[in-house]
Amino acid sequence: MAEASGGKRIRVLIAKPGLDGHDRGAKVVVHTLKDAGMEVIYTGLHKTIEEIVKAASQEDVDVIGLSIYSGAHLPLSKKLMEMVKEEGLSDKLVLVGGNIPHQDIKTLLSYGVTGVFPTGAKLDDIVKFIKEGIEGKK
Amino acid sequence: MSKPKFDELKEVILESGIEVKPLYGPDDIKDLDYEKEIGQPGEYPFTRGIHPLMYRKRPWTMRQYSGFGTAKEANERFKWLLEQGQTALNVAFDLPTQLGLDSDDPRAEREVGRVGMAIDTLKDLEEALSDIPIDQISTSLTINPVASIMLAMYLVVAEKHGVAWDQVRGTTQNDILKEYIGRGTWVFPVEPSIRLIGDMVEFCSQNVPKFNPFSVCGYHIRESGATPVQEMAYAFEIAITYIQEVLKRGLGIDDFASRIAFNFDIHGNLWEQVAKFRAGRRLWAKIIKERFGAENPRSMILRMIAGGGGGGLTIQQPENNIVRGAYYALISALSGTQTMALCSYDEAYTIPSKKAALISLRTMQILADEMGLRDTVDPLGGSYYVEWLTKEMERKIEDCMKKVEEIGGMIKAVESGFIQSEVSRQAYLQEKKIQSGEIPKIGVNKYIMEEEKTQIEFHAFNPKVAEEQRKKLKEIKAQRNENEVEEALLGLEKAAQTQENVMPLVLKAVRAYATLGEISKVFKEVFGEFKEPVGL
Repeated sequence: MAEASGGKRIRVLIAKPGLDGHDRGAKVVVHTLKDAGMEVIYTGLHKTIEEIVKAASQEDVDVIGLSIYSGAHLPLSKKLMEMVKEEGLSDKLVLVGGNIPHQDIKTLLSYGVTGVFPTGAKLDDIVKFIKEGIEGKK
Repeated sequence: MSKPKFDELKEVILESGIEVKPLYGPDDIKDLDYEKEIGQPGEYPFTRGIHPLMYRKRPWTMRQYSGFGTAKEANERFKWLLEQGQTALNVAFDLPTQLGLDSDDPRAEREVGRVGMAIDTLKDLEEALSDIPIDQISTSLTINPVASIMLAMYLVVAEKHGVAWDQVRGTTQNDILKEYIGRGTWVFPVEPSIRLIGDMVEFCSQNVPKFNPFSVCGYHIRESGATPVQEMAYAFEIAITYIQEVLKRGLGIDDFASRIAFNFDIHGNLWEQVAKFRAGRRLWAKIIKERFGAENPRSMILRMIAGGGGGGLTIQQPENNIVRGAYYALISALSGTQTMALCSYDEAYTIPSKKAALISLRTMQILADEMGLRDTVDPLGGSYYVEWLTKEMERKIEDCMKKVEEIGGMIKAVESGFIQSEVSRQAYLQEKKIQSGEIPKIGVNKYIMEEEKTQIEFHAFNPKVAEEQRKKLKEIKAQRNENEVEEALLGLEKAAQTQENVMPLVLKAVRAYATLGEISKVFKEVFGEFKEPVGL
């Protein structure tokens, strides 16, 4: 089942950083994770990385998912990972999705991102990845 | 002859929920009255097309979406596209520009010049349109919440080229309601945003009669997940909302309805799309005539740009997208569109490369010149299936519109998040069906191949663009007359607070080289900002 440690449901923040307004993918992932039994908070559009990290901390989520289609995924993810560290949230799984060219996946992982799911990724794989990631942390 | 056994066949249900039989005949359209329901092209209810001779007289306009980086780079690309035989421009702006932020705004960091060109002041647009024959082309400006500012800039550039406003042809996308549903470049709350659209329509009807002040985009609603029926129904409800806003100002429907333009999407089932457009033309004509009492037939026509939707393209086996693009162009021509814009094959990945943009343009040209698509008007008209499906689509679109009207119209439906939630649920259902293989998608869930992963040429983002843009902005601010800017912005603030039309004041501010960000800030202070409903 979609449970984090202590038997509570896995909590996920799906966030749209920057000015990019393509939210179809983010919303599809929100529906997917909800159907998989997780609690999902969606930030809406145009959020700064500061706002996203604050929301992740306040909502005490287990997973942060960034959805980026503008091409700015490298600098945005880098900044998020730096702030996650500063705020002591390094125990969170961080997933990045969107219009991510193949050659950038390695770079994103080197920033400390836990998983990258470019356009075309399987929804089931995202669910499985989160569940296994949380399981591994118990 | 034995009757074919239909029961054993797999059922076919279109995305819009219509079940398709394996065969259609005269019985399926026996209730259809040709004169009343179909009619001659160029005549009410315009089912077969909005012109009597359609492409036989003039092919569709070919317009690819383009423009990135600096104004200078965009200018070069525009000139190149015009040299290649493109007949109109479709301008892309970067996200800060689309959201009314200057290039030196902290929120614009990393976004300047990325997905389109950066415009901070009139100076940038002057450069982008340098040596472009404004009087001979029509220009589409893809900008929404701050469209009023871009329109003002465009008009001042035209003036500087010596082109009178009544000769200026073009379109500002300016469809804010669809931005709340998909695409997401919104700034101000719903009501004042619609007021700005009303101001522009009123201003254009009096001063720029050949300009389309807004283009209602079913396109982005469909790209966000809507079915073809929802795409058309929501677009119509949006257009009706803008019409009502303009009518409140005392204009008559025939004073402006002929300038209403639509932007629709093409991907998915060929017949469903063709029927969508034929049904849409008929229904729109009826709405404008019967509901709004228009008398001029020009008011009743559904004028549209339609083209290949990015939503149908795949990252897998990207060259297949060239073929998809060609089919979308075919659908577009069979549907009787006025302007065609095709997604380029690399669009699922990146901003179209020059090569990909050229292939799209050539695709449309091949269709027009080699394939006989211009020979005769509405060649599918009279087909038992197409006419039956057109009627079914019309019914479904009407039902979907009724649902929106029952909850109080499009403003309420968008403020509450109803439409957003309908569309995102549909996107989810569709994605699940693709992932399960229920909806076949070549290269994605069928005929999958191991692929080289680096065969696409990426549009490289140049960080120097932002630096140059900020430098230029600083220079302009140093050169302009600050008193003049301040006075213009103050005047604009007063107009925004009252019912006064803001356009003359926006023009004044633009002429004084007030920045896009400064003008937007005035609106933000008076109107506030939109709060997005995030419950799905």
